[in-house]
Amino acid sequence: MDPLLQLISLSKHYPGHVALADLTLDVRPGEFFSLLGPSGCGKTTTLRLVAGFDKPTAGDVRLRGHSLNGLAPYQRNVSTVFQSYALFPHLTVRQNIEFGLRYRPAADGPALVRQCLDMLELGAKQDRQPHQLSGGEKQRVALARSLVLQPDLLLLDEPLSALDPNLRKQVRGELRALQRRVGITFLFITHDKEEALSLSDRVALLHRGRLEQLGSPHDLYLKPDTRFAASFLGPVNWIDGFGLRPEATRLSSVPLPDLRSLPATVASSTFLGNCFHVEARTANGHQVVAEVSRLNGAFQPGQPVHVCWAPADEMHLPPA
Amino acid sequence: MNRLRTLCLAPAALLLLALFAAPMAILAVYTLLTRGVYGGVAQPFTFENWLRLFDPLYLGILARSFSVAAAATALCLVLGFPLALFISRAGPRKHLYLALVMLPFWTSLLVRTYAWMFLLRDTGLINTSLLALGLIRQPLPLLYNWWAVLLGLVYGYLPFMVLPLYSTLERLDPALSEAAADLGARPFETLRRVVIPLAAPGMRAGVLLVFIPCLGAYLTPDLLGGGKTILIGTLVQNQFTNARDWPFGAALSMGLMAIVLVLLWLQVRRQGQSLL
Repeated sequence: MDPLLQLISLSKHYPGHVALADLTLDVRPGEFFSLLGPSGCGKTTTLRLVAGFDKPTAGDVRLRGHSLNGLAPYQRNVSTVFQSYALFPHLTVRQNIEFGLRYRPAADGPALVRQCLDMLELGAKQDRQPHQLSGGEKQRVALARSLVLQPDLLLLDEPLSALDPNLRKQVRGELRALQRRVGITFLFITHDKEEALSLSDRVALLHRGRLEQLGSPHDLYLKPDTRFAASFLGPVNWIDGFGLRPEATRLSSVPLPDLRSLPATVASSTFLGNCFHVEARTANGHQVVAEVSRLNGAFQPGQPVHVCWAPADEMHLPPA
Repeated sequence: MNRLRTLCLAPAALLLLALFAAPMAILAVYTLLTRGVYGGVAQPFTFENWLRLFDPLYLGILARSFSVAAAATALCLVLGFPLALFISRAGPRKHLYLALVMLPFWTSLLVRTYAWMFLLRDTGLINTSLLALGLIRQPLPLLYNWWAVLLGLVYGYLPFMVLPLYSTLERLDPALSEAAADLGARPFETLRRVVIPLAAPGMRAGVLLVFIPCLGAYLTPDLLGGGKTILIGTLVQNQFTNARDWPFGAALSMGLMAIVLVLLWLQVRRQGQSLL
């Protein structure tokens, strides 16, 4: 299948600072694709280059095979959901949603507006002003305003970060369902590994303006290419040159069959409700954390144990 | 706490009472008296001065003052908006540009108006240059007319338009313009449908800050208009000097102030909150 969006050696330099260096990747049609990374990794820069708000120093952005270089934002069939939503405060919900239809007229414009209002459950709020809406409603208006234009690609700049944590998980599920329903390709920007892992078909991890790793959430978490990727996607115990996730680290009073093991002493145990985080120090001096099921019983500080793991769970990575 | 508040308020309140409220009260009483033979005021009480305001002669002057002030305000808005927009988007240089806008305030308006006279008069810089270049044979009548007054007013009050406009435009979230472009609006459409509507409070404030002083302006029309174009400010001044008709001068001042207050009241009511 031909890629929908291609970034080819895309770079953005500022005086004394490289925001993005030589990024090359493809996004497939209909994909939920995430750009993940810590702040300053270049993910927002990439979004701004795709949307056309900034010009690349080098490289190319192609949509359906056509270069977008030199095209202004209003000439690109991509749309952005801003982090702050950027709703027009002087217009009603409905007027916000209709804003772009004047410039990208659709034969069935009114029907599309109605459809978007229904799909995002905004029908009852269509005459409100943005300041009368809750955070979740604002976000849905921002989505509707972009989706009504039926763009080739929807760019989402940390759209969940302005929501309160309780709402975030709920909206996350809704967002994924929405993407499946409309079938529009999403390019999702986030610094939250959980969001990227739970939502995406594929994730590109960026670090210091470079592509660190590209793959499925599964690959990124279980088969990281680098120590940075391993640590960014979740906690890691570093033992004798390899990494081990805490949930793959087991504790036992005796060595378990078919598993590798190291003798250790329990240092502390923290109750987290669904599990314990037990910290142990191995005889050869490594500090490890094991996620232990509540059903496996409690471990007491000072208790001698064996740290056990399956060889397949070892993540062998070159040091940074 | 209350006592501290009273103490803090007292100096300004006393000053305003003595130097503003009391003279205003005196002026209000004057409007109801008869002119004295050598200036000043005398008995009996009368409404004559207020009725004279509706004399077509004075209504004409009032209308002319309105049109000059309106024209100056419109020009200030047309010139000031692009300037304020430019400054608000000038990045780190905006402080320099703002300082330049305010620079004229370092010199008194009187001196600056005289400078314009030196530029515009028959033997001024503009006319002598044009004559020397052979572009004209006779000096152009640049000074002492309606246009010179308009020029002087626009020059003098442009910063009062630029500053409130700048302060609203500067607070505008840049993401809003980006969002408009993202949704397909070209720059002019973004300006028309997003930037200008959101800058409306700044425009209203700027319009009032320019229109009100222009309406009562005395110095600029007198110096650059050369007394040929009588405006209401000049008329008031005349009543207290040459015409020695203090009661009528007082009535003119009060009438003008009433108009200004109505305009302010409309603005506050429309905005529903503070003026700026």
